[in-house]
Amino acid sequence: MSISLEQKIPNIEAIEDGLASQGYISSRQIATALFLSVRLGKPILVEGPAGVGKTELAKATAGFLDLPLIRMQCYEGLDESKALYEWKYGKQLLYTQILKDKLGEQLRDAANLDEALARLDKVDDIFFSERFLEPRPLLRALKEPLGCVLLVDEVDKADEEFESFLLEILSDYQVSIPELGTQVATVIPIVLLTSNNTRDLGDAMKRRCLHLHIGYPDARREERIVATRIPHVQASLLRQLVHFVQSLRTQDLRKLPSVSETIDWARALILMNAGQLDSEVVHNTLNVLLKFEGDMTSAGKLVGEMTHQALREAQGMAAK
Amino acid sequence: MSASQPFAKRGETQAQTADMILRLLRVARGAGVRISVSESIDAFHSANAVGFNDRQALKDALTLTIAKTVEDKQIFEQCFETYFKRENTALGGKMAEAGRAPDRPQGAQGEGEAQGMDGEGQGAASSLGQMLLDNDLAGLAAAMERAAEAAGATNITLFTQTNLYARRILDRMGLPELEREITRLRAEGNAELADRLARARAVLGEQARAYMERQLTLFAAGTTREIREGALRQVNLSQLDRRDIERMRQLIREMAKKLAERYSRKRYRDRKGVLDTRRTIRRNMAFDAIPFRTVWKRERIDKPRVMALCDVSGSVASVARFLLMFLYSLNDVLADLRGFAFSSHLVEVSSILSRENSDDAVTKILEAVGFGSTNYGKSLEDFSGLALNKINRQTTVIILGDARGNRNEARTELMAGIFSRAGRVIWLNPEPQPLWGTGDSDMYRYAPFCHQMVTCNTIAQLERIVEELLATARR
Repeated sequence: MSISLEQKIPNIEAIEDGLASQGYISSRQIATALFLSVRLGKPILVEGPAGVGKTELAKATAGFLDLPLIRMQCYEGLDESKALYEWKYGKQLLYTQILKDKLGEQLRDAANLDEALARLDKVDDIFFSERFLEPRPLLRALKEPLGCVLLVDEVDKADEEFESFLLEILSDYQVSIPELGTQVATVIPIVLLTSNNTRDLGDAMKRRCLHLHIGYPDARREERIVATRIPHVQASLLRQLVHFVQSLRTQDLRKLPSVSETIDWARALILMNAGQLDSEVVHNTLNVLLKFEGDMTSAGKLVGEMTHQALREAQGMAAK
Repeated sequence: MSASQPFAKRGETQAQTADMILRLLRVARGAGVRISVSESIDAFHSANAVGFNDRQALKDALTLTIAKTVEDKQIFEQCFETYFKRENTALGGKMAEAGRAPDRPQGAQGEGEAQGMDGEGQGAASSLGQMLLDNDLAGLAAAMERAAEAAGATNITLFTQTNLYARRILDRMGLPELEREITRLRAEGNAELADRLARARAVLGEQARAYMERQLTLFAAGTTREIREGALRQVNLSQLDRRDIERMRQLIREMAKKLAERYSRKRYRDRKGVLDTRRTIRRNMAFDAIPFRTVWKRERIDKPRVMALCDVSGSVASVARFLLMFLYSLNDVLADLRGFAFSSHLVEVSSILSRENSDDAVTKILEAVGFGSTNYGKSLEDFSGLALNKINRQTTVIILGDARGNRNEARTELMAGIFSRAGRVIWLNPEPQPLWGTGDSDMYRYAPFCHQMVTCNTIAQLERIVEELLATARR
């Protein structure tokens, strides 16, 4: 099965095209990372500021490879029973109750206690079988018959213990369940882990992963991204707004506007019927881009100048 | 290397490409990128997966596999560029000029060459001479590479070895034959061809030296730095050279970063045997709250609160500078850090340290405290007045000083007060232990009121103490 996955993406360009078909404009590096991940069977650790499309990458990958996406959101206190598997205790209990008579029947003609116990042992195996197993995301990802894209979101939020627990799954794609034995992946899933850098991940984790850093895109890629998301945006406005955001990112702000903010802003501008940028429109919509009061005031002073500059640059680009 | 040139020659075998990657990894390690063995193996796999023809793809692939932080990525990409900047650009031009006959039409030149070669008879013109005359840059580069490998050029560690290795490379490329050939040509009266070969030989020598210089920057940087840093860790801080201060600062920053990485996450410790009822019930809800899975109470290990008292007089000052620098680089992993400096009296320097960069800070602190003769009693009194009521069981008090109070009152009762309130009192003394208590040293009078007393005058000791501090932080 993994052969067909490799056939689906014979080279890096195929991935770029595939992602683009899902509306995800990748960079060469992103495509290379995915390519290597499939070829080497290694997870990718994606780092980068919020809103640059880390989670989106997983969705697009699943989309173009036509694989199910299994997502696991990490948080403090996440443990095995929520991430891997749980026994359906209620069901087990219910079934024991229902089958009580049947069990009694079975055990009635047992000659002695030992024999009864031996019979019960067999029953025990029935109750701890896959029938009563509630697979959680990680186990589901391993058991998916055609493979899948497993997204472990914000892995930096999980505890250190959980991180160590992930290591076994990420390096061998198998996990041991005491009652059932070792569960091996049917098809090696494509694993993407995302991190927002709230804390540094352990070295062991980083060693096992390909490390992809997605930064803010350059003007050309950002234009393409916005154009893909909002197809009806005017080319001139698009250039202007992207240039404005790009120059805003060079400012000393607490939270820099991300790609998702650019897209939101473009939507807002279109709603306001703005044909092109001017200081007033920018002033009125700046709160879409900036999320902190301090940033608003410090950037607010520069809006006029930056708008001019963006217009000029956009003009220059168009002339070329 | 221009994009049009294939990245690696087709003829290059698996072993050669493997060698190339290994060398590149060595370069990256030397530049400070941390690469584990498993990552090197992955690097080979990735390189094989993307192939060697697309340079950008190879660079991306290796960067993804090897460099695991943004800084590392930048360093690695730079290494990659430097490593593959082969000699066929800048010096190649010169070579072409030297190899060409100065003022002859193109056709005649070719003829002359042909004649020259013929005149030598079978195999007389060395292959090196032939390549020089043909201006076969690719061939020369490959030959130099081979010769360098045979000469073990990557083992270069000192700049003084540059000429030695360059000579070895040239010898292996066939310089002796070339020289014999030139002599013979002159004897035979073919002075023009001899001159051309001589010019080309000179350029080749230059090229070999340039090659070795590049090898030196690539491969020796790591070794030299390792040696220096190893030495710096052990050097006595009070005898530190001025020129090493910047490097030392860098080293401290790196150490602090490493420690911060290790201790920045929330840490817990099981309190064995105390059941966490609430979480046990929650976890076992699926089992009718029958506690199949027990959850034990855990306690959070808090970040340590530190008060550092530093003697900034005389020889202790240099150690104080690094201790304060170290502690303030660790700001993220310490819950509360207050710095005090003293000599004849004591002042709080926290605000200076958090505001200024470390170099200015030390100067400012010295200004604030002045250079009076050290008075431990007075300083302890000042400290008690300033911060005694802020000391609690979570506080670690670090005192750095030689305990030489110039025969002033030691005021051990103040020390006892600090000792009874603080979670931990650590005294760092730059003097070696045999000197403690000699002369005007009050070290042993303060000793009963310290949990720990250690000699501290190198960075290595400083690192150990700070790490211990972070690891054993109390509740």
